[in-house]
Amino acid sequence: MDFSLPPEAEDFRRQVRDFLAANLTEEMIEATRDGTIHSPSLHRAMADRGWLSGAVPAELGGGGLDPVELCVLIEELQLHRAPIDALGVAIVTVSMVLEHGGDHLREAVVPRLLSGEALACFGYSEPESGSDVAAARTRAVRDGDEWVIDGSKMWTTMAHVADYVVLLTRTDPDVGKHEGLTFFVVPLDLPGIEIRPVATMGTERSNATFYDGVRLGDEWRLGDVGGGWRVMKTALKYERGIAGGQFPSPPVVEAAVDWARRTSDGAGRRLIDRDDVRDRLVRAMIDVEVARSFAYHTAALASDGVMFGVEGSMTKLFASEAYKKHCSWFLDLMGAEGLRTAADPGAHMGGRIEENFRHAPVTAIYGGTSEINRNIVAESHLGLPRAR
Amino acid sequence: MRTWYSTDQEAIDSAFGAFFGAESPIETVRAAEPTGFDPELWASLAAMGGAGMALPEPRGGGADLTDLAVVARQLGRHLAPVPLIEHSVACRLLAAAAAGSARVRQGEAAPVTESRTGPDLAESVSAAESGPGPDLAESVSAAESASGPDLEALLAELAAGDRIATLTLRPVTSGQARLTPAGAVAGAVAGFDGADLVLDLSEPPGSAVPNTADLPLADRDLTGATAVASGPAAARLWAAARAEWQALMAAACAGLAARSLEIGVAYVMERRQFGVPVGSFQAVQHGLAEAAVRAEGGRLLAHRAAWALGAGRPDGNRLAAMALVFCAEAARFAADRALQYHGGYGYSAEYDVQLYYRRAAGWPLQMGEPAALVAELADRDLGPRGEPAAGTEADRGERAAG
Ligand SMILES: Cc1cc2nc3c(=O)[nH]c(=O)nc-3n(C[C@H](O)[C@H](O)[C@H](O)COP(=O)(O)OP(=O)(O)OC[C@H]3O[C@@H](n4cnc5c(N)ncnc54)[C@H](O)[C@@H]3O)c2cc1C
Repeated sequence: MDFSLPPEAEDFRRQVRDFLAANLTEEMIEATRDGTIHSPSLHRAMADRGWLSGAVPAELGGGGLDPVELCVLIEELQLHRAPIDALGVAIVTVSMVLEHGGDHLREAVVPRLLSGEALACFGYSEPESGSDVAAARTRAVRDGDEWVIDGSKMWTTMAHVADYVVLLTRTDPDVGKHEGLTFFVVPLDLPGIEIRPVATMGTERSNATFYDGVRLGDEWRLGDVGGGWRVMKTALKYERGIAGGQFPSPPVVEAAVDWARRTSDGAGRRLIDRDDVRDRLVRAMIDVEVARSFAYHTAALASDGVMFGVEGSMTKLFASEAYKKHCSWFLDLMGAEGLRTAADPGAHMGGRIEENFRHAPVTAIYGGTSEINRNIVAESHLGLPRAR
Repeated sequence: MRTWYSTDQEAIDSAFGAFFGAESPIETVRAAEPTGFDPELWASLAAMGGAGMALPEPRGGGADLTDLAVVARQLGRHLAPVPLIEHSVACRLLAAAAAGSARVRQGEAAPVTESRTGPDLAESVSAAESGPGPDLAESVSAAESASGPDLEALLAELAAGDRIATLTLRPVTSGQARLTPAGAVAGAVAGFDGADLVLDLSEPPGSAVPNTADLPLADRDLTGATAVASGPAAARLWAAARAEWQALMAAACAGLAARSLEIGVAYVMERRQFGVPVGSFQAVQHGLAEAAVRAEGGRLLAHRAAWALGAGRPDGNRLAAMALVFCAEAARFAADRALQYHGGYGYSAEYDVQLYYRRAAGWPLQMGEPAALVAELADRDLGPRGEPAAGTEADRGERAAG
């Protein structure tokens, strides 16, 4: 066994750090306060470096970045609090298109996404279906050479800034729910599409999107008619694990350590000298190392050509649940001061802990809830039957 | 980067899995409960070269720490009643001490051991009622101060498994090593008294202190021990040995956790209530799944720690302590879920899951209170209590809240 990162990955980490020092500004991080966790200029700068195309699996025609390097990229970006919502979506969308898409999508969409010129978003969830994503009801009906789409999607995050939505639709309501699904890449400027903002308690804004007689050609179809579930599996495979944001905790731990060093309790003792505080800080650091072990393991498997499955679920489940716990601990650690939001100039470290506390719950919900991931672990890792 | 076993390690894993499966079935584990040790199992282990494998290759070994972690995990899975982890770590420790004193003889390095630490030890000897008198202790010390114990001969005995070695893990105070791991059966006990690395070669008692986890624990009197290293060299050797034990014990706990879950899964698939296997209830599944994630995360961290120590990485000791803290909790949680989902039968002596439950608690506790380990990690990562870490001086007094 050898857990050392390959020298190329260590080199690459230095490149990412240099890149962030030169390109990531406090203003970019500030700008995400409007809820859109995306910076066009940072995104394009990463595309210019070839990191978007590099992150697409080599067997699909991308490549240049090993999965371990992609893992390092995400680790560094998260460590530096860079806004990266568009990155994962771009990588996963391009992977889906390259694995399942026809010539038109490959030519019209892929280059624009990889250059950072265009953005995509995911339209899987609906008002009535989330975890049971295969129950999607948004209809796509064939009309000559065209398709007509009617329905609505919930949680179409980034739709208000994106060019395309990767849309899961039902093309055949008369077969089993997994059989009647078909994917489309839908340009968001088509007539009949409406995007309404959805505010959240956390740091990000999402959208509800509505599709009313939206017409588009068959060249926008992604994968076979009725083959949507296979495409969905590809998407989830790339999302959980590689582009999943496996390192949410380190910036919060950093803020908590800083707070504990600077602050005394009522009895005149520095918080960092107190046993209970030290205990929680160390336990959070241990969780960070466990999460890192999971993330590197998953990446190393991918690098070796093994497509991970349940490992991705474990990585995501552990990292997000630990992150929620840490945010909750550290909010407590700050006492009443922890309540100041970033809007208050007196907030410690820009209100980072408060902000993360409101952000954390969503990480255990989107991209597969913790319960769904526990189902996956129970079934594929422990061999238990489908739960009742 | 290879976060999984090498081909050799796969062979080691399956060889030890098969060995413990055949030689240490659960009946053997139960039969060994009074002492926590099965001499026959130890003999077969020695016969296959297991006793000496941790030693350097010229001494008949050659397994590195990542290999030993693979073996430790199998030992944990099977609850094998042999002190292989302690013996392996002590072998590495004594081989390092021997290499150190060889360099001294060749005039290459500062002495690993100065002369004997007569006064302290003699004092504690005279204080100990049952121990030999000070005169005897002094004469022993005088006799051995010339050459120290014959480590070369000892290492040969350890390699063959003719003698079992261990380490006290916790510091020796006043010559007493309470609840020494493997103390019931080890004829070579290494300990650290704050200044010296000492070695005691007296006969083991052969019987264990009755304990929660059926471990071969014994209170050992080390007043007759001799120093094999002292000063900074001794502290370094001791710190390394502790870290190695932590990493290997973490791997054993991860194995114990994984096996507990297999036992739990098998039971919940067989046991039916309300007309269905209880394993089809989601509450049961999620408890087991949560435990599985922690067991797997712990396994990865334990292997990573063993690798970091073996590769001499600066964060090796840190990762080893972290791995032990995490794996100890993961093992306890896994055994707890497995026991819980057995219902009443899990609490009965007849079912094996209780064996895992007790050992999950007892094995890592040999190191002492987990909070102490966490406190050590805090000192390392956050700086000692009360002393601002370097660079934070300017922040002092910059109070933000009351
Ligand atoms: C901020 C935000 C951004 C998002 N962005 C996107 C996006 O860009 N694109 C997109 O398509 N979706 C997006 N989502 C949607 C997200 O993927 C869903 O919220 C998630 O899959 C859960 O679905 P749901 O909200 O309908 O909850 P439900 O599925 O209704 O679940 C409710 C509760 O029941 C539990 N539950 C459901 N099924 C099971 C089961 N079988 N076993 C045990 N427990 C179960 C769930 O875990 C949860 O606790 C986003 C969500 C949020 C909040």
